[in-house]
Amino acid sequence: MRGTLKGSKGTRAILSVNALLIFAFLYAPIILLVAFSFSDNRNVGQWGGFTFDWYREFGENDALQDALWVSVKVAVWSTLISVVLGTLSALALERFSFRGKKVFDGLLYLPIIIPDVTMAVMMLLFFSEGLEIINNFFGWQWTKGFQTITISHVAFNISFVSVVVRARLEGMDQIHEEAAMDLYASRWRTFRYVTLPQIAPGVAGGALLAITISLDDVVVTQFSAGPGSTTLPVYVFGLIRRGVTPLINATSVIMLAISIALILISLLLQQSGGFRLRGRRSEPEST
Amino acid sequence: MLVTITERDHLEEEGSVVTPEFEKAAERAESRRGFFLALPAYAYLIVFFALPLAIVFVYSFATRNRFGGTDLSGWNLEAYRKLGEPIVRNIILRSVWLALLNTAICLALGYPFAYYLATRRPLVRNVLIILVMIPFWANFLVRNYAWRVLLGKDGFVSNVFEFVGLGSREYLFTSTAVMIGLVYGFLPFMVLPLYASVERIDDSYLEASRDLYASGWQTFRKVLLPLSMPGVVAGSILVFVPSLGAYVTPEILGGAKTTLLGSYIVTQFLTARNWPVGASLSFVLMAVMGAALIVYFRKGGRNL
Amino acid sequence: MTAAVEITGITKRFDDVFAVDSMDLTIDDGEFFALLGPSGCGKTTTLRMIAGLEFPTMGSLKIFGDEVGTLPPNKRPVNTVFQNYALFPHMSVEQNIAFGLKMQKVPRRQIADRVAEAIKLVRLETLERRKPDQMSGGQQQRVALARALVNHPKVLLLDEPLGALDLKLRQEMQLELKHLQREVGITFVFVTHDQEEALTMSDRIGVMNHGELLQVGTPEEIYEHPVNRFVADFIGQTNLLAGTVESSDTLCLANGVRIHADSDLEVGSRAAFCLRPERASVHPQGTVDGGRESLDGRLSEVTYLGNSIIYTVALDWMSLEVRTENHPGEERPQVGDEITVSWRSGAGSVVAE
Repeated sequence: MRGTLKGSKGTRAILSVNALLIFAFLYAPIILLVAFSFSDNRNVGQWGGFTFDWYREFGENDALQDALWVSVKVAVWSTLISVVLGTLSALALERFSFRGKKVFDGLLYLPIIIPDVTMAVMMLLFFSEGLEIINNFFGWQWTKGFQTITISHVAFNISFVSVVVRARLEGMDQIHEEAAMDLYASRWRTFRYVTLPQIAPGVAGGALLAITISLDDVVVTQFSAGPGSTTLPVYVFGLIRRGVTPLINATSVIMLAISIALILISLLLQQSGGFRLRGRRSEPEST
Repeated sequence: MLVTITERDHLEEEGSVVTPEFEKAAERAESRRGFFLALPAYAYLIVFFALPLAIVFVYSFATRNRFGGTDLSGWNLEAYRKLGEPIVRNIILRSVWLALLNTAICLALGYPFAYYLATRRPLVRNVLIILVMIPFWANFLVRNYAWRVLLGKDGFVSNVFEFVGLGSREYLFTSTAVMIGLVYGFLPFMVLPLYASVERIDDSYLEASRDLYASGWQTFRKVLLPLSMPGVVAGSILVFVPSLGAYVTPEILGGAKTTLLGSYIVTQFLTARNWPVGASLSFVLMAVMGAALIVYFRKGGRNL
Repeated sequence: MTAAVEITGITKRFDDVFAVDSMDLTIDDGEFFALLGPSGCGKTTTLRMIAGLEFPTMGSLKIFGDEVGTLPPNKRPVNTVFQNYALFPHMSVEQNIAFGLKMQKVPRRQIADRVAEAIKLVRLETLERRKPDQMSGGQQQRVALARALVNHPKVLLLDEPLGALDLKLRQEMQLELKHLQREVGITFVFVTHDQEEALTMSDRIGVMNHGELLQVGTPEEIYEHPVNRFVADFIGQTNLLAGTVESSDTLCLANGVRIHADSDLEVGSRAAFCLRPERASVHPQGTVDGGRESLDGRLSEVTYLGNSIIYTVALDWMSLEVRTENHPGEERPQVGDEITVSWRSGAGSVVAE
């Protein structure tokens, strides 16, 4: 759409005002939250002078620090595992056909569309039934905590990574892989030197997506966590229900900063990432 | 499709004359290779996804015993029958109503917004889209919390109203608060598909309509809207379906008066200790969402 | 001398379609061989089977006497230049060319030397560090050639290598490829749908249609003595006069006229007389010398092409085209004149229908 058709002055005014209001609506809460997190006033809605106190309190609060640490650990581990599993499944689905492929394809879509309440319930039941069995079978001593949270996160992140990598693979011409084989590369080396570099941006995108989703998650984590450890969002969620405090404000702003940093990284990667896959200039030829 | 043979497949390293059996064996080897690549993820999802889902299904047929535990023997449909009871029915109706209202508001606000975005110059357009996506990607909990802060007693909104002379009011813990939170959370889900759809429409159709004496409103109703219908449908489903199962937003912004489906399911597990009902409700919720999405894909909806 | 490529009974089936149907073909060492045919005739499939990118459904494929039918592409001593070059976009020119050597675990110093040698061969000096998307189509093609040749393959396969280039560049590259092949001395097998290209470059041509190999021969053999109507029609321009074989030296045309034409075909079989436009000439009626075959008609069109003139002559039942060199000053017949088309006996050939 070129947007050359202009409506009447009235219509244009309404559209512009609407757009402005919506942008304000989208950004105001966030901006206000950030602003008031520096306010030296126990009462969260009122300004009382600039201070870093609440952030200092955040740094000194053991429970919050522990929860933050668990969040990071879970995000890193679940991303690592789901990137590997997700990339493998993307390769399998895009480059091969095998028995049960359709079922696998469908199964991969379920975690994306399932409501998170249902998934939370699923994992709760699974762990309450299955944890003992797993412990007995493997001789471990897991309790509901870091391990179970990670397991749940991997369960939904595999699908997200897979979708992103598949999109990248689909756009890739298989002819390069054929050329590599023609030039004496084995299957593995073809993957390593030709396929992988070309899907790398997709894998990176999938990884970023997985980290973001993992850090964001509340419901599924809440039901997979235990008294031992919990993630930051879940802990904060619990705090919120008991009341609003400036400490929670500061914590929220920190969580916000982390998400926005991730968004910016992914935007930067998109700009610089990826060589043109079918680059060929259409200038006049010169031998 | 490339076919590779290795010694492991028991075929000679040296070449030989090709026979139809060879071709089939090669295809089988390829198929096996694909299967093993998929196996790790497949196995993981079977154990840690399909299995839990099956457990939920099984639990929905169990009975709640006197102590709040679950009796797996004696299967029955009690849990499903309980869904018809007034309390549950009200909650379901309220959730559906709120989800519908949410969708309507998002559509009403989002359509003009998407149209505005689509009619900007390409450079401006891209920047604006990124600006829409940033709050969308920010931490979901924090975005709801921000409204909690704003709408609370002595919160920012309250102070503004007082300042303006409308008297301080408590907006928190009402349906209105939940509604605001839902719209805030889901507006981008409506705007992006709408934008994609509107952006693709050729100006010439609108210009032709004007050339043929139609007013702005008529052009919208008879040309623009029908042509952008795929976007409207996609956006509506993307907003309606998840709003049904919303949990975090009602928990933070709503109150006891406005219990919704998500919270109700959670209480079955945490406080009311009626796991079978919680399971049946989760399962029904998933089935409804699944059905809506199948309809969406059948109608030729594009990949989400 | 062992043949470079020996194909025996090769068949490729996709579901119920025979892409290649029981083909027998021998390509000699050092030959520049072309597989020629329209889209979908199976020529690319055949090439891919030699490369190992497809496996035949059955048959035998030998490279210099070694049976390679069941070997994967990375174990065959052949390399391919792909239609759109398939240069690795994330690697430089040097890295692309070195790839095959690296995969064969050639020592690093040798790789550097051989890559430099290849770059010199295709005249790409100073472009070593460039990436494919920074180069023109012609340059990319040279990289593709170098990338294949650096491995000293026993046979080089080329899949429509000149298709993506514009006309002038294509003609230049045709000659260059021919010289390159002579210089390197390797057997080249290339696939094309452009018959002029095949005639220009190859030592021998194999014409294919619908999965079948119809005729194999030198450009001259194929042009002068096409084996059937399809080949006659596909290569160059021709007139095809349908008729029936009456004897080993007479063909009875559709209108009943008999012409002298040698053929080995069975008496009574349907055939066509293939007469190339440049082999015939036009004369005013009644002025034909003896010893020439002729047909009478009326001149319906004169087309001026600069270096030649095309006369379209309407016979009772069809039209013929005659091409004559343009000699300015010579008197030309006018549209509507009564005309005789004549040709020297033996200037045409009989082809099976």
